[in-house]
Amino acid sequence: MVIRDILEILEGETICEGDLDQEIKTACGSDMMSDVLAFVKDQSVLLTGLVNPQVVRTAEMMDMACIVFVRGKIPDDSIIRLAESRGITLIKTRFRMFTACGLLYSNGLSGGTKV
Amino acid sequence: MSNAIHLHYDVSGEDFTRAGEASGQVKKTLKKLGYDPDAIRRVAIAMYEAEINMVIHANGGYCDVDIYSDRVEVLLADHGPGIPDVEKAMQEGFSTAPDNVRTLGFGAGMGLPNIKKYTDDMRIETTLGVGTNLYLTVMVNS
Repeated sequence: MVIRDILEILEGETICEGDLDQEIKTACGSDMMSDVLAFVKDQSVLLTGLVNPQVVRTAEMMDMACIVFVRGKIPDDSIIRLAESRGITLIKTRFRMFTACGLLYSNGLSGGTKV
Repeated sequence: MSNAIHLHYDVSGEDFTRAGEASGQVKKTLKKLGYDPDAIRRVAIAMYEAEINMVIHANGGYCDVDIYSDRVEVLLADHGPGIPDVEKAMQEGFSTAPDNVRTLGFGAGMGLPNIKKYTDDMRIETTLGVGTNLYLTVMVNS
C-alpha cells in the first residue's frame, strides 16, 4: 500500500503533501506517543487524535512518512510547517480512530506485530 | 578516541513544543555521516525520550553527543529534582509526570524503559535536589 491508497481508503484530504507514492507496510493508531516510540516498525503510518508538534517529532524519530489525523482534526500552522520541513505527509479524515484503523486493516495493512 | 565528532545542545525547559529539536539534529547528522538507519533510529528515539523527560521533570538541561565510528555516546544532564527511586522509575507504567503532560501524549511511564530498550548501555547518576546525568551508548556497527 502507498500513501495515496491510504488517502483514498480514508476518504481523506492532504494537509501537507510529501511523497504520496511512498510504500507503507504497517500502521499504528495511538494518542500516546511513548507507545508509538516503543512498538512501531519500519515504514509505518501513524493514526492519531492528538494534535501537537510532538506527533510530528515522534514520526520523525521513527522514520514515519505519514500521519493521519482522525475525526477531522486539523493541526495548526506550526505543526504543518514542521511536517513540511521533514517531508512527512499529513492527512485528515472524518472517520474516528476505530473506524479509520479498521478500514486500513481490512484493506491489508497490518499492525506489524503478532500481538 | 580522537576522531569523535562532538555535538552540544541546550534543551529549553520552557517550551514543550520544542522538545526533540536536539534529537532531530543528531538524527540528521548521523544520516549525513551514513550510519545504519536502524542504529540512527535507536539513537534518535532514546535521546528524544530523554529530552522529553528533561523538559517534563527538570526544566531543561543540555546534551553532549560524541559520535565514533562504532558507537554514539550521549550525555543528557539536568539540574532538576533528581530521581528518588531509580528502580521504580525503570518500571513500565510508573510515572510522576503531571496530568497535563498526558494530554500531550507522554507521561505514561514508558520513557526510561524505552530508552533502555533502544540503547546498548544506559547509566543514571542522580542526586536529589542536584540533578540527573543520563549516559547512553548505542553501538552503530552490526
